[in-house]
Amino acid sequence: MEELANGLSKIGNAFAAVAIVLAILLIVFFLASRAKGRAQGPIAGVVFLGPAVLLLIYGLVVPAVRTTAGSFQDASGKNFVGLANFGWIFTAPGNSTFLINTVLWIIIAPVLSTALGLTLALLLDRMKRESISKSLIFMPMAISFVGAGIIWGLVYEYRDPAQPQVGLLSQVAMWLGFDNPPNWLLWQPFNNFLLMIIMIWIQVGFAMVVLSAAIKAIPSDVIEASELDGATGWKQFSKVTIPMIRGTLIVVLTTIMIAVLKIFDIVRTMTNGNFGTQVVANEMYAQSFVAFDVGRGSALAVVLFLGVTPIIIYNVIQLRKERSVR
Amino acid sequence: MSVEAHEFVSLPSNLPEETIPEAARRRLSSPWASFVVIVITVLWTIPTLGLLITSIRPKEEAQNTGWWTFFTDPTATLSNYSEVLTGGSVIPGGITPYFFNSIAIAIPATVFALVIACMAAYALAWIPFKGSTVIFFAIFALQVVPLQMALLPLLQMFNKGWSLGPIPIFPDLNKAGSAQSLFAGTYIPLWIAHTMFALPIAIFLLHNFIGQLPRELMEAARVDGASHFLIFRKLILPLSVPAIASFAIFEFLWVWNDLLVALTFAGGTPDVAPVTAYLANIKGTYGAQLHLITAGAFIAIVIPLIVFFALQRFFVRGLLAGSVKG
Repeated sequence: MEELANGLSKIGNAFAAVAIVLAILLIVFFLASRAKGRAQGPIAGVVFLGPAVLLLIYGLVVPAVRTTAGSFQDASGKNFVGLANFGWIFTAPGNSTFLINTVLWIIIAPVLSTALGLTLALLLDRMKRESISKSLIFMPMAISFVGAGIIWGLVYEYRDPAQPQVGLLSQVAMWLGFDNPPNWLLWQPFNNFLLMIIMIWIQVGFAMVVLSAAIKAIPSDVIEASELDGATGWKQFSKVTIPMIRGTLIVVLTTIMIAVLKIFDIVRTMTNGNFGTQVVANEMYAQSFVAFDVGRGSALAVVLFLGVTPIIIYNVIQLRKERSVR
Repeated sequence: MSVEAHEFVSLPSNLPEETIPEAARRRLSSPWASFVVIVITVLWTIPTLGLLITSIRPKEEAQNTGWWTFFTDPTATLSNYSEVLTGGSVIPGGITPYFFNSIAIAIPATVFALVIACMAAYALAWIPFKGSTVIFFAIFALQVVPLQMALLPLLQMFNKGWSLGPIPIFPDLNKAGSAQSLFAGTYIPLWIAHTMFALPIAIFLLHNFIGQLPRELMEAARVDGASHFLIFRKLILPLSVPAIASFAIFEFLWVWNDLLVALTFAGGTPDVAPVTAYLANIKGTYGAQLHLITAGAFIAIVIPLIVFFALQRFFVRGLLAGSVKG
C-alpha cells in the first residue's frame, strides 16, 4: 500500500513537472507575442528554435566534441596520450573478438532481417487475412531488448541432457534426435548467431511493415504492363518489384544497420559480453562504467561514431536528392 | 513521402475489390503463401508464449520442466506475480517502484521532446530566415552522434557542471560542501537526456509533416494579423495531431524500453531507475529463478504491448513517415 501511494506521488510529481514546463512556455509565448513590427519574426524564431538548438548543443554537439577529445587522453582523462587508445582498440590481443563480432553483426543481422521482412511482405501481398499475422510478427518491436533477452533466455536455457529440458531449443534438438545439445550461449562462435536471432526477431516486423507498404504503393499499371510484356514470377520480382522499392529497401537496411551498430542491451543481458560474444557498444560501456577507463571508453564511442557516419551521410545525400526533386 | 499510411492499414479488408481489379488479382490468395506466413507467425509468437506460460507456473515446475509440459500438466499460480510485485523471500525488492518510475520517466520525456520538436519544426518550416535549411540538415545529421558518445560528458555536466576555461557554460549543481548533485535522485537528468536524444529524429519527422501543411492557410492567418504563436497553437498543433500521435507512441516505447540511458543516469536504485534496469539486474543476480524473472519481464512488457496493440495504426504511420520516402 505504501508503495502504491509512493508510486502515485511520483507520477503526480511527473505530471506537475510537465505542467510547470508547459506553463512557462505559455508565459514566454504570451510575452513574445506582444512584440510588434519588425522584431516579431526574429523573436518568434528564437523562441521556437532556441530550446531545441540549446538542448542539441548541450546534449549532442558539445558531448561529441568532448568525447572525441577524451579519446586522446588516458584513463583518468588528465593526460594526453595521442592515438594510444585507438592503438589499444585495434591491436590489443583480446580485442579482435569484439571487432570481428561487431562486423558480423552489422552484416548478418540487417541483411537477414531485411530479406525475411521482404519475403514476408511479398507473401502477405498474396494473402487474404494478413492483419493478425502482421500484428504478431510486428509485436516484438514493442518489447525492450532486456525483455527480449529474457524471452530468448528461456529458449536457450541449458539443462543436462539426462534431466527434463527447460529450454525450447534443446528440447527441439532432442526431439529431432540430437541427444546431447550444447549449452547454447557458451557454444562459440555460434552463440553470436543465436544472439543475432534475437535482433532479427525484433527487426523483421519493422522491415516487413515498411516494405509491405512500399510494395502496395507500386502503381498497378506498372505491374500490369510488365505482365503484358510477359514478366511473371521471379522475373517480375527482380526486374520490376525490386527496382521500384529500391529506395525503401536501402532505408530499411541502413536503419537496421545503425540500430545494430549500437546494439548493447541484448549482449549485456544475455552474456554480458562473455564467451566470445562481446561487441563494441558493450565494450564501450564496460570500459567507461565498469573499468572507469574514460579514454578507452571515449575511443570506442568514436569508433561507433565513425561507423555510423558513412551510413547517415548516405541518407542525407538521398534526402537532398528527394528535396531537389520536390 | 508517397505512401499514405492509412491506405496501407486499411487496404486488406475495406476496399471493394471490383473497383480495383488489378489489386484484387494480385491479392489472389495463394495457399502456399498463407501456409508459410502462418508457420512464421507461429514461430515468432512461441517465445513470448513461453514467457507468459512460465510466469504462471509454480516454482518447482518452472525450474525443472519445460513450459510446454504445461499443456499436459496444467498447474497455474499467480504467486510469482505477487512475489515479484512486492518482493519476497527470494528477491528482496519488488518491481512496483520501478514500474512507477518507468511511467514517471516516459510520460514527461515524451511530452518535452514533442513540444520542443514541434516548435523547432514549425520555426524551420514556416518562419523564413537565413540559414534555416542549413540548421535543418545539421539537426538531421546529428543522428550520427551515437548515444554512447554523449553519455559520459552529459553525466559530467549534470554532476560537476561545465566550463570553457573560466567561463561557466553549465552551472555546478552541487550544493556547497556536498558531493551530491541537486539532480541526484530525481528524474530530471533522465528527462533531459531522453529529450535531447529524441530531438534530431523528432524534428525531422515533424518537419516533414508540418512543412506540408497548406501554404495558403499560413499566409491567410498571417494576413489576418495572427502572430506565429497564435498560428502555432491554433493551427499547427491541432492539424499535426496525427504526426504528433505517431511520434508520441514511438518515443514512449523508446523511453520505456531504454536501458542504456537509464543505467547511466539513474543507476539501479528504486528511487528513479525504470523496470528495464530492474529486469537487467534480477536477470544477472537471480538468473535461475525463472518463474520470477518471467513474471517480472511480463509486467515490464505489458504496458508497451497494450500501447502497441491499441495504437498500432499510429505507430505504423510514424514508422512509414520515417522510412518510406517517395
